[in-house]
Amino acid sequence: MNSDKITKGVLLLSSLLILFVAGGMMYSLVEGAIPAFKSFGLKFVFSNNWNPTEGKENYGALPFISGTIITAVAALLISLPLSFSASLFIGEYYRGTKLAKVLGTMVDLLAGIPSIVYGLWGFYVLRPLLIDLGLPNQGFGVFTASVILAIMIIPYATSLSNEIIAMVPNELKEAAYSLGATKSEVIFNVVVPSARSGIVAGYILSFGRALGETMAVTMLIGNSNVIPDSFFSTGNTMASVIANQFGEAEGLKLSALIAIGLLLFLITGIINAIGKFIIKKMA
Amino acid sequence: MKNLTLIILAVFFLGACSNSSNKSGEEKAASSKKVALTAAGATFPMPYYNMVFKAYTSETGTLLTYGGIGSGGGIRSLTDKVVDFGATDAYLSDDKLAEMPAEVVHIPTVLGAVVIAYNLPGVDDLKLSNELLEKIFMGEITKWNDPALKANNEGVDLPDMDITFVHRSDGSGTTFIFSDYMTKISSKWADGVGAGKSLQWPVGMGAKGNPGVAGTIKQTEGAIGYIGSEYAFAQKIQTAKVQNSAGNYIVPSIASVSAAAKGEIPADTRIMLTNSDDPDAYPISGFTWIILYKEQNYNGRSKEQALATVSFLDWLVSIDAQGQAEKVHYAPLPDAAAEKAKAILRSVAFDGTPLL
Repeated sequence: MNSDKITKGVLLLSSLLILFVAGGMMYSLVEGAIPAFKSFGLKFVFSNNWNPTEGKENYGALPFISGTIITAVAALLISLPLSFSASLFIGEYYRGTKLAKVLGTMVDLLAGIPSIVYGLWGFYVLRPLLIDLGLPNQGFGVFTASVILAIMIIPYATSLSNEIIAMVPNELKEAAYSLGATKSEVIFNVVVPSARSGIVAGYILSFGRALGETMAVTMLIGNSNVIPDSFFSTGNTMASVIANQFGEAEGLKLSALIAIGLLLFLITGIINAIGKFIIKKMA
Repeated sequence: MKNLTLIILAVFFLGACSNSSNKSGEEKAASSKKVALTAAGATFPMPYYNMVFKAYTSETGTLLTYGGIGSGGGIRSLTDKVVDFGATDAYLSDDKLAEMPAEVVHIPTVLGAVVIAYNLPGVDDLKLSNELLEKIFMGEITKWNDPALKANNEGVDLPDMDITFVHRSDGSGTTFIFSDYMTKISSKWADGVGAGKSLQWPVGMGAKGNPGVAGTIKQTEGAIGYIGSEYAFAQKIQTAKVQNSAGNYIVPSIASVSAAAKGEIPADTRIMLTNSDDPDAYPISGFTWIILYKEQNYNGRSKEQALATVSFLDWLVSIDAQGQAEKVHYAPLPDAAAEKAKAILRSVAFDGTPLL
């Protein structure tokens, strides 16, 4: 038998399997979400009234959509200066030194810590600290969740960006130096522009991660199903409400939770598409 | 490349082997007549079920597996007929019973309660009247040194501190019993919030599970919340005295919880025991139930399987099992309730003939 053909067949089969799994997931999400959308229509997305009490049942996902987007954007903004500096430090300023290697390893290590550990640390260390600083709601809320998320997503943006930054050809930098450019001029006029698509890709990856993060957020956000009225008030996110409520959910409520899952799937998909578009435009 | 073919063949071969060995294992189990029962449902009675299920297995050899997947999951599993019996903290309403594929009966197994836990440094005696419960949980009282709270707790030094209400973020039978009680004592709560496994809360923040709520209260000065008694008693959490319908302030305990079931119980045992009129009863108490089909011949189940199911449940409500409930902080069924459970089990049949 032609072994080449067999290899090809096996590879094709496993690739198709991935397609099949992703398609099946999409199908079951859509199928499960139909009753919720049938009952509430578009109001499901734009209503802020989430009431699971029998007889008064009404499901609006806006509190969770807003909570998810606010925490993810805030986390991205908080992590941006940190991961950008870290990636420049590791990838350019101190490239190849022991210090950069240690720092790089530490950043990668951050990515490996399970999210429940971040949650515990946030609950027992960060939260009391924030209470001492005078934060309302006993330190629970959108802000606390965003800070934890920011720390969690630092490694994703950092490791991708510093690898891309380190890959910028030396010839380019040497040419700039020979024209009399200073180190910071080289970095901001040569290194960053030529690495920007990779840097943006890193931030999109970390934004996607922040959108879907569940455990650490649920431990710190306060889980109140309302649109947060300030940056320091309690709220809830899409992933967190699903994790909290699916166990006892049935009927319309189960469908509403699946519909939130579908929306999360779509939002992540849109973010990825925007990211790909930006990378294409910049490259 | 030939190696690859070999590897694939080897994998298939190994797969086939493990399949056949599984089969012979099943046959072995069947030939030695060891019956295995599967159940799933409420997490609230799990410590009790884990203990007595194990005791029953070592006594009789009947294998028992229980999955703590929540009351909703227990009902779903029974509807899908993937378990021998389910477990739930909230009885099935008439509508839900009608939706089930066949007639379902309820067996009460044990009693639990919901306690009001709080964290106030220096305060170890707190009395909460019905009116205070309503005002605190509706968000109308927001400070611990509110005049209404002070008036009800004379001699207690209540601090000038914000009240932080911690509720469950996950759907839970504990929330159901708590909100059912609130609905009975407060018309404002009944109209504005209602009863259910998860609610639209007027105030407060959510934490997951009894450990989550208890941990948040413990970590947060000025916090108040509700916790399942089995967890609170085991962890020796500080609890408030709650006013019952006779006007007495009752400390939650095994005895005061058990007292809640002393009154009249309907033949099908579907009753919420909250706000019991017994003068010694702790008012936020309730049954937890096991649910099973009245006709046990379904899905090709054998008669042995059916008989093992009802014999086990008969043992579960007997004194042999009930006597152990206190060890894991549950209140045993009062005699009258146990009698009702036994009578219901005697109506469970296989092909129309009662099994017991």
